[in-house]
Amino acid sequence: MTAAASEGAGRLVRLAEVDRAPLRFFLDGAERQALTGDTVLSAVLSVAPALRRSEFGSEARAGFCLMGACQDCWIWQEDGPRLRACSTPLAEGMRLLSDTPGEWP
Amino acid sequence: MSPEAAPRVVIVGAGPAGIRAAETLVAGGLKPVVIDEGERAGGQIYRRPPQGFTRPPETLYGSEAAKAVALHRTFDAMAAAGRLVHHSRSSAVAIADGRLQVLDGTGSRWISYDRLILATGAMDRVMPVPGWENAGVYGLGAMQIALKAQGAALGRRIVLAGSGPLLTLLAVQLLKAGGQVAAVLDTAPMRQQLRGFAGLSARPLFALRGLMMRRRLEGLYHAGVTLDRIEADERGPVAMLWRDEAGRNQRTACDAVGLGWHLRAETRLADLAGCDFAYDETWRQWLPQADATGRAGRGVYLAGDGLTILGADGAEVAGRLAAAACLQDLNLSGPDMAAASRRLARFGRFARGVATAFPWPAETAAGLPDETVVCRCEGVTAGELRRTVDFGGGEVNRVKSLGRVGMGRCQGRYCELAAAEIVAGSAGHACAAAAGRLRGQAPVRPAPIAALIQDVSAEG
Repeated sequence: MTAAASEGAGRLVRLAEVDRAPLRFFLDGAERQALTGDTVLSAVLSVAPALRRSEFGSEARAGFCLMGACQDCWIWQEDGPRLRACSTPLAEGMRLLSDTPGEWP
Repeated sequence: MSPEAAPRVVIVGAGPAGIRAAETLVAGGLKPVVIDEGERAGGQIYRRPPQGFTRPPETLYGSEAAKAVALHRTFDAMAAAGRLVHHSRSSAVAIADGRLQVLDGTGSRWISYDRLILATGAMDRVMPVPGWENAGVYGLGAMQIALKAQGAALGRRIVLAGSGPLLTLLAVQLLKAGGQVAAVLDTAPMRQQLRGFAGLSARPLFALRGLMMRRRLEGLYHAGVTLDRIEADERGPVAMLWRDEAGRNQRTACDAVGLGWHLRAETRLADLAGCDFAYDETWRQWLPQADATGRAGRGVYLAGDGLTILGADGAEVAGRLAAAACLQDLNLSGPDMAAASRRLARFGRFARGVATAFPWPAETAAGLPDETVVCRCEGVTAGELRRTVDFGGGEVNRVKSLGRVGMGRCQGRYCELAAAEIVAGSAGHACAAAAGRLRGQAPVRPAPIAALIQDVSAEG
């Protein structure tokens, strides 16, 4: 993907370390590409503007501290527990959700 | 000394303070247990990218590269030689009866200690700006971590705002890496910055380096600004609205904002360990109390930015000092620390200069518009906070139970200081100290109940 094509999609801009091996993950069911060594936060924000919706307001959330202190970046998976995106390394084939799963109240 | 007879010293944090503490203990014949949330030791300031990243230390850490490399090598060598036990990606979440509860990906374990060294570091100190709840607003430290650990900028056109050394440093680092910085907005007026000069001259080289960096931001840097609002659409920030020193309205288009007013000490574990706290007028925050070497009583020692915000060099010295005090208290021989104590005093003078030059704008917090979100976790506004003061009085724990500020997932780390200023202002207190301090609660990091009760301890 060219820089122009990615414009408007992701929030994160890769400035260095771009020659890493690609890694595949799924965001809301759609296959996406990231790089080996990405955190979940980097991977999602390289293809989307946010990680999740706020539970207490209309705005979206995309992390805040990136050091595990603020807890703004928790993200759902299709199966399994929620992840703190800033401190979780992306793994091949991860299936992430930008919104709460349907059965969650 | 036989391993069974050796006292167990646990260190929380593997930044500059924790690494130097570990080194000093190892030299004293002990095998410390080091608990750290990072994948690799280094802390935030000397944070390392994951394995396989290729930028050299000079690119990652600039003028501090040699210090970073020395710390990483020291730690890795001790770990490889089995001289310490390293629990990486692990969070210490509770303290009770001489034991620490530690969480990792598999569950929790209780680790007992004879002595505990807390080197928990610091985080961005953040003042709410109307609109800061939007996606795409980050701490300055967050933007630096993204650059250092992931080689990325968190926006295409970034406004950096706040005050303190990191504001200038991050702007220069982003520009150097090819990022686009639209403006660097410092709330400290130039005349205030000059007032800190006497303290800053305690480390002339550092001060000079800062001034030289500032010159590279010509045209982007503005001192004495007032931040009015972050304008945002559903995607995130579109502009920062601010006033310059002359009071003229300005608007800078952007798609990301970094905010930070120097640092806030991470003190939750010190609180759970029973340390005393005192309000520090210079830093406008509550800090745990210890003697000049970091002794805090009850077998607990404090070092680094979690005790006094001195920065990385000060943290290295403080880590050594705390470990030397610990060795002395265990009747083991440690290094002579007289010279280190003098260095620490000099770092202290410099840090006071920094705090004076780049102050936390307390009056701004007290005057935030009612509709401003103060608690980013749960969207509690300044107006809601003020109403709880009318109802329950001007004390932050009372305000927390009535208005939920500090009850969210960050446990008050990013709202408490501003909330205390708002509460103090509303209640007519002369200083935020009178509003009190949020009591620390375990677990100090949120954790799934399953992980908390899943005891994976090998030991009792």
